[in-house]
Amino acid sequence: MDWRQLWEICSAPDNVPIVGLIPLLAFYIYLAWKQAHANDVLIEQLEGDAALAKTHHRKTWPFKPGWQKEVHVWPFLLRIEFLAAIIVTIILMVWSITLNAPLEEPANPNLTMNPAKAPWYFLGLQEMLVYFDPWIAGVVMPTMIIIGLMVIPYIDTNPLGSGYYTWKQRKFSIGTFLFGFIILWIAMIIIGTFIRGPGWQWFWPGQTWDHNRLIYEVNRDLPDIFGITSNMAKAIFGAIVVGGYYLLGGFVVYSLFRRYMGKDFKRMSLLQFGITQFLLLTMVALPLKMGLRLLWHIKYVWITPWFNI
Amino acid sequence: MAEENPKNGKVGLVDRVKDDIQAMKVDIPAKAKEQIEGLKDPTKTQVYTSIFRHKHDDTPRNRALGVLSNVFLHLHPAKINRDAVRYSYTWGMGGITFFLFIILTYTGVLLMFYYHPSKVQAFRDVLYLEHDVPFGKILRNMHRWAAHLMVIGVWLHMFRVFLTGSYKKPREFNWNIGVLLLVFTLLLSFTGYLLPDDQLGFWAVTVGTNMARATPLLGHEGPFGSMLGMTPYNDVRFGLLGGSIVDANALLRSYIWHCIGIPIVASILMIVHFWRVRKDGGISGPAPVMLEAEADKPRRGPKAAGE
Repeated sequence: MDWRQLWEICSAPDNVPIVGLIPLLAFYIYLAWKQAHANDVLIEQLEGDAALAKTHHRKTWPFKPGWQKEVHVWPFLLRIEFLAAIIVTIILMVWSITLNAPLEEPANPNLTMNPAKAPWYFLGLQEMLVYFDPWIAGVVMPTMIIIGLMVIPYIDTNPLGSGYYTWKQRKFSIGTFLFGFIILWIAMIIIGTFIRGPGWQWFWPGQTWDHNRLIYEVNRDLPDIFGITSNMAKAIFGAIVVGGYYLLGGFVVYSLFRRYMGKDFKRMSLLQFGITQFLLLTMVALPLKMGLRLLWHIKYVWITPWFNI
Repeated sequence: MAEENPKNGKVGLVDRVKDDIQAMKVDIPAKAKEQIEGLKDPTKTQVYTSIFRHKHDDTPRNRALGVLSNVFLHLHPAKINRDAVRYSYTWGMGGITFFLFIILTYTGVLLMFYYHPSKVQAFRDVLYLEHDVPFGKILRNMHRWAAHLMVIGVWLHMFRVFLTGSYKKPREFNWNIGVLLLVFTLLLSFTGYLLPDDQLGFWAVTVGTNMARATPLLGHEGPFGSMLGMTPYNDVRFGLLGGSIVDANALLRSYIWHCIGIPIVASILMIVHFWRVRKDGGISGPAPVMLEAEADKPRRGPKAAGE
């Protein structure tokens, strides 16, 4: 266990934000979960008691008749904003006094940094470069993430859970978002920050970064395993595999939706459902491809003269 | 009254002056007294009333006016849901992100006084800031860390908005503006990364823009790129960097995007974002919980807009 190595990674000034983000995220997940749980208990209670549901104010916080439903922004909100501004300023001041912004040597195109890492918030994308060619990891995936985020309000047809924390009413959407945000985004950043060392090789936390380490890995392509040699056959084979993944996966998504989310499925138009299927399968494809690479050393699934996937 | 000159019936100059002095002895103290009386309550002065349009006694009307008659505060409604001020609901992340943007603008403008976006001077300017400019080090540190905090703030804000389902009807469009703001926040941070012109920024931007080489159709290494005549000297990466390598033009371009281009676009989007928060019915909650049985019935009455 090389504690010094671990400390050097964690204390690198530009890594401090991600080190800080982890407990912060844990805290806010806890805060959200606590409220979601309380709301879920209330929902269950109200669903079992129609009379109470009619009179209850439908929040977990106390409310008594005669209490005003609204409060003045001045001072009740503004004082909180003022306090928040002061606290943020103090945190920022203390942080800026105790920790200096990094400054390396002057830029030198002839001296490559190893590892050359992007800023921490982009390390998830950089980590994806291991599993996909740059045009997917660097261009298509980020575009899909942005578009995927933007279509969320238009494909989530569930009217429940608007304006309050809940888990039971939105299991699928919250589960999907947590998977995307925590597993595919944050965890990838953590891998990129703490685990990737020189040569973008895998070093477990606490393992010394060995700049001379060589790894003899033979990566194969999926068509090779099936003994396919001609280029034409490889292209067709890959198209079948990838197309098959989306067709078969699409069917699985459909049968799961029909079975477990019948109401949501009923509300969705064909376009909404199609987009959901596609985005969901693309999202799941990332860890699948990671698994293929890490466990079976498979580099490409689909090889064509123009692009490889 | 000055006495008439017995010789020609006219008032002499000396007498007039004497007379004025007499009058002044009465007038000025009287005015001074009035002035001092007036200053005892400065809220009644013309200057004060021209600036502040309403009284500040603690009445509901004045509380509302305090928000509504102030250009910076009138972004807020006069009153909000009693539960909406709970920290546990909003986490305050949207506001904190905006506050960090203000800090970044402020520290950024100050940094611009000391920084030249040229290969010769950029790195030296940062050294100069670190070692010679009074408070230069803390200025740079604050700008750097506020930028990182802003990225975190945007992510947590988005996370909260998702978990509370606040992107749902009628706030779909504002969620989209928010996604664009996320992108611009990351781009602001990324363009700033190159500016110190050190190894860290140089290689981070090299790695980042190398991906642009691989853009399908538009990058010279991307699928179908070479078929469309893309070379390292005319593809999308060339456009981003102003050259085929990260050099002087790239530094200038990222400086201009960082200090002028993106902040303007982001500011405009922020205006729309905040405006839409109000127009879409204020902050989304905490709304009364809905039951499964009510899911497909349209909401009516006071509960319609999240109460």
